This record gives sequence, C-alpha cells and structure tokens, in this order.
Amino acid sequence: MAVTPSPTPEPATQRVGGLELPVELLRPAWGDPYLDLDDYDAESDVMALNLGPQHPSTHGVLRVKLFMDGEVCVRAVPYLGYLHRGVEKLCEKLSYANVTPIVDKNDYVSPMMNELAINMTFEKLMGCEPPPRAQVIRTIVAELQRVASHLLWVGTFCLDIGGAIGGGASAFMHTFRERELILEIFEELTGCRFHYNHHTVGGQRHDIPAGWDTLVKQTLDHIERRTFEYEDMLTENPVFKARTIGVGVVDPKLAMACGVSGPVLRASGGDHDLRRDAPYAAYDRVDVDVQVRTEGDIYARYLLRLAELRESIRIVRCLIDDIPEGPICALKAVKLPGAVKPKPGFAYTAIESPRGELGTFVVAGPGKRGKGGPNPYRCKIRPPSYHVLSLLPYIAPGENLSDIIAILGSLDPIMGEADR
Amino acid sequence: MSISPFLWSVIVGFVMLNVVMLGTAFLMLFERKFAGRMQNRPGPTEVGPNGLFQPIADLVKLLQKEDIVPDKADRGLFNLMPPLTVTFTLVMLAVVPFSENILVADLNVGVLFLLAIGSIQIVPVWVAGWASNNKYALLGAMRGMAQGISYEIPLVLCAAVPVIYAGTFNLTEIVEAQQGWGWFLWWPPGPGFFAFGLFMLCALAEANRIPFDIPEAEAELVAGVSTEYTGMKFGLFYLAEYLHTFISAAVASVLFLGGWEGPGPDGWWWMMAKTLGLFVAIYWARWTLMRYRSDQLLRYCWVYFLPLSLLLVAAAGTWTALVGLPS
Repeated sequence: MAVTPSPTPEPATQRVGGLELPVELLRPAWGDPYLDLDDYDAESDVMALNLGPQHPSTHGVLRVKLFMDGEVCVRAVPYLGYLHRGVEKLCEKLSYANVTPIVDKNDYVSPMMNELAINMTFEKLMGCEPPPRAQVIRTIVAELQRVASHLLWVGTFCLDIGGAIGGGASAFMHTFRERELILEIFEELTGCRFHYNHHTVGGQRHDIPAGWDTLVKQTLDHIERRTFEYEDMLTENPVFKARTIGVGVVDPKLAMACGVSGPVLRASGGDHDLRRDAPYAAYDRVDVDVQVRTEGDIYARYLLRLAELRESIRIVRCLIDDIPEGPICALKAVKLPGAVKPKPGFAYTAIESPRGELGTFVVAGPGKRGKGGPNPYRCKIRPPSYHVLSLLPYIAPGENLSDIIAILGSLDPIMGEADR
Repeated sequence: MSISPFLWSVIVGFVMLNVVMLGTAFLMLFERKFAGRMQNRPGPTEVGPNGLFQPIADLVKLLQKEDIVPDKADRGLFNLMPPLTVTFTLVMLAVVPFSENILVADLNVGVLFLLAIGSIQIVPVWVAGWASNNKYALLGAMRGMAQGISYEIPLVLCAAVPVIYAGTFNLTEIVEAQQGWGWFLWWPPGPGFFAFGLFMLCALAEANRIPFDIPEAEAELVAGVSTEYTGMKFGLFYLAEYLHTFISAAVASVLFLGGWEGPGPDGWWWMMAKTLGLFVAIYWARWTLMRYRSDQLLRYCWVYFLPLSLLLVAAAGTWTALVGLPS
C-alpha cells in the first residue's frame, strides 16, 4: 500500500520550550536504540558481552552491554553509575567556599575546569565580578589545563588502539612526559599537583609566584616542539590511519540531539565553542580561533584535539605577558567557611572544558532573617562526558569490537564526571 | 674422539633447551630495557645490578601466584594447553641448525617439519580460548584461528622460495647452498628480498606480535586467550610466544641470511647475531606500532600477501628453470 504524502508541507521549525528548533532534530531519522532491549534471545547467535565495569579500556568503570553477532556489535547499551559519589548532594551539605575541593574530583584529568565552572556560578549568585588579574590567571590556568587534558587523551587513546604492551604505551609515555611539565607548573602555583583548590568565590586563592610566567613560557615552547614528535609518530602512521579514518563517524545532527559539545561536536562540523560564543573569564581579551573539522571520524577528533592543543598554547602566550596588576580576589579573604552567603535565587553558567560544555546550575536557598543560606540548596552539574556517552548506542552498532574500543576512547569520557 | 650421532643429538638438544629457556628469560629483560629506553624511562632497575635478576624475580612471582581454574572451564583441556603450546614451540627448535654441528635432528624435510609444527601451534591457543569458557578468550581464540590459518599460506609460499633455490628441504643444505655470500636475501636478486620481508611479516602474525597481536589485544579482549590463566600457566603462554618469535627469527636467518656464515670465522655466533638482530627488529616494531583490526589483517593477507607470495614463488621457479640452481 502506497503511503500518500500529507497535503500540507511540514514546517521547517517548531517552537519547543521557547526555542525555535529544526523539525529533524525533534523527529530524528534514527530509531531509539534503547527500545526492544529485552528481546535478546539466549538461543540466538547473538552473544551478550559485558564490556566493563572492570576492563582495561573503558576509562574507569563504564559498563557497556554489547550484543554481538560474531565480532560485530548489534546493540550497545552503556550503564553508568559505577563511580557515583554523590558530589551534587555533598555540595548541598557544604558551604560555598568548601565546595571547590569536592568538585575537583569530578573531571579528574582537568580539575581546574571544575573549580572554575562552579565558582563562576557562585559569583553570579553573589553578583560579584572577579578582578581583572584573577580573570586573566583563570584563563591561563584553564588553557594550561586544556593542554594537559588533551595530552593525556592522545596517550590514553593510543593505549586503546595500540595496547599497553606495544606502540600505544610508547605514545602514552611520551605524552605523559609533557603532561608532567604542566603539573609542575600547577605545583609551582598552588602547591598541589592534581587537586588544586585554586579557585574560590570571587577570584583565586593563590597569586602567581615570581618567575612563574617565565616557567610557563619555557614549558610551552618545550611542549609545542614535542607535539611535532606526536605528529611524526601518529599522524602519518599507516596503522594509526587505518584504524581511525572513517571509523566512528558522528552525524552533527545526532551529536546536537544528544547534547554533545566540545571536540566531538567540532570534529563533526558543529561550530560551537563557548570561549568564543559566550566569553567568560578573560576570553574577551583574546581571539579564540575555533578549530572545526567536518569529517566526524576518529582521525578528525585526533587532529582537532592536536590543533586545539596548539591553539591553547597560543592563547596562553597572548595572555601571559600582560597580566594586570591588582587584587586576585573580589571578596575579602575568606576567614570562615560560611562567610559566602548569596541571596536566594538560581544561576547557570557554562564553560568550555576540554570535553565540552561544563555547566553548573545552582539554587541558593534562604537562610536566617531573610538573608542567604551558607550552602547551596541544589547544585546540578552538567558534565560533557555524560552526554558524549549517549552517542554510543547510536554509533556502536555495526562496528567491530576493536572499533568500539577506539570509538569509546575517541569520545574521551571521564567517568568521574559522568557519574559524579 | 668419536661420539655416536644419537648421543651428540641428545647432548645438543639438552644444552640448547636450557640455553634457549634461560636465554628467553634474559631476552625478556633485554626487551623491557629496550622498551624502557624507547619510552624515556630506565626499565627494571631494582632486582640485582641494574635489574639483571628481574627475570628470576618474575619467575618466582609467577610461581607464587594462586592457580585458578574457572568453575565452568573444561578442566582437563584448560590445564593441558599451556605445557602443550610450549612443547610444540620447543619441538620446532629441534631442526633449526645453529651451525654445522649444533643441531638436534638433521631432517631431510626440515622446512616442512618446521612449517607443520608452526601451524599446529594454532590449535593449543584455540583450544585454550575455548576451554576457558570466557567470552573474551573465545573471541581471542577465534581471531587467532582465522589469523593463523590465513597467514600460514603466504608463510609457506615464502619459505618455498629458498627451497626452490636450494633444491632441498634440508635446512643444513639450504645454508650450504648460500655459502660464499650467496645469501638468498640478495642472490638471485629480487624474489628472495621480498620473500624475506613477507616471511618476517607473516612470522609476526604467526607469533602474534604487534602490529598483528589481534588474538590477545589487551585493550579490547583483556588478555585474549590467556584471560583466565594465572601464574605459571600464563607464564608458559608468554614463554611460548617469546620462543616462537625467537625461532621465527632463527628460521628466517637460516632461510634467507646464510645461517652461520659471516665475516671472519663461520660459526654459531653469526647465527646467533643474525637471529638476535631480527629479534630486535621485531621488538622495535612492537614498541612503535599500533595494532590492526582483525578484518583489516585478514584482508591484507588475502588481497596483498597471498598474490605477492605466489608471484615470488613463480619468479623463483622461473629463475631456477632458466639459470639453473645457483652455486
């Protein structure tokens, strides 16, 4: 029976929740991968394979239930929550100044980003603007953190496709050597190598030490030279290209429908970067050259991350030479944890973390005598890793098991952030 | 002094077994040091002077490990396979001549014997994966089977090139046919050179080395066929793989690089030097390259390696027919 076309043409856009959205985003061409999950027949040739939560390549404790026909995946369902630590609930129990070291552990390969994201929201609630010096330092540490995070990604992705006993490990060791230099910069600044507790409401906790800018410049020169070594080892490597080109292509519409942002979206052609589109901190002082590629495969994500790494180095170089003088915190030095008390209300801010849009939504609750309370009433963190994982059921079916590992690695999920 | 050939075989076999087994342990140490240097780190340094006794410490550690057999595993097959795979590998060693006198069995079908035992090697690996009753092990076993069978064919065809040149299956006679620097690698020019390269690639695939270590791709399959094996059983798989790589290098030296011939006095030292050189090359590749996907691996085999090796056999045959046997 032929289907008669509807006489009235479909509208191109539709209003949903006050936004004008394209219709194809609302009614996607792809089916729901979660439907008919339970029709798995134990007698059929399809094999259910639990990838994780203990597995070398699931980046922590992600569990993906794969239904395999031989070595080809028929359906993939990610299960989350194995690293759930109740960070959002903890934030409700702690004072505003005490929240920072807790959210450090969310995205544990870029802690500076977590601190920045949540403290920006608190500042919006307080209505205070950090001084220019603090803004510039924030931008510099954010970009340094992006360099470190992308270096780590290159290494771990090579581990995924190259093996821990093999060429992958060699690439991993080399990128970690450079990442170590960034950690040393942060150690010089904050005293900590990893969980810095550097940002606070209204600015920074630590002023930059003498000679720090020289150290940063020297280290970045060093790292930039070294990135060409990775190019030599990976970019034209025939095995690397054979494994990545044309594999795991993400449709930009699918990416947007899943709420994906960051390098995965930009590698698929989505020209979206909060540093340029909604500048925060000191990004209005620099021109961010947003890297976009249109191939959408793993190789594009690799090239894009390397280009972003160089771009971050450039941004730091632009800012490091003229850091404004002045205070580093808009508020008085916090004596008591409960000193920060914003008025009741809510605020959402988002930053461009190395993985995409890292947003924080905070509701400030009422306290005594009509003033603000000492701790957030509700704190919701929007992790980019969580959204990137929702791509997996759409792009994994039809791929080989080896490719699923490569795709998972290229999406760069951090489970600490996805599960919180 | 005369000594009966049988007794000589037994002595050589015993010495070779011990030297190779011990040597393999220290080759592992060498590889770890080598890999460490490639990765900007020192490698093992703690046990003994500059980490010299690390292999012994590793061995003791492996022996101490709890021996776990999964409940649902096929207990007999599961326990049988690790020693079997080492045995098969060591049997290959019997026909590899390290010099005119240092060989265990001078078989007149040595090449065939080597290739046959090399292909049997697939079976214990596959059975181990099957008997483990583990899905990752099963996937690894299936990959290993497909890879082993596919790469067997170009491997045999490449080994046929020196056999055609020398006109014999006997490994000692193949080496003698290359005397006077007439190594099959460069003389007759052409086929031998490419056959050597192809042989090394296929040997890598046979011995499951990166970039062809698909059956135990630890990023995907945890540890492939050896996922469920613990302690010394796992160690035996590891040992067999090392030995297989070592023997592949030795066979390539015999078939293409003139065996024990070299500058100065000929002898087993040249054979050892060539074998170790190839061994280092294999490990250099291992610590540099990523791994292919299994379907890519099979496609390369059937689309490129197999036609090329047929072509090489044809070229070698044509040369022999037109020019006659060299030397």
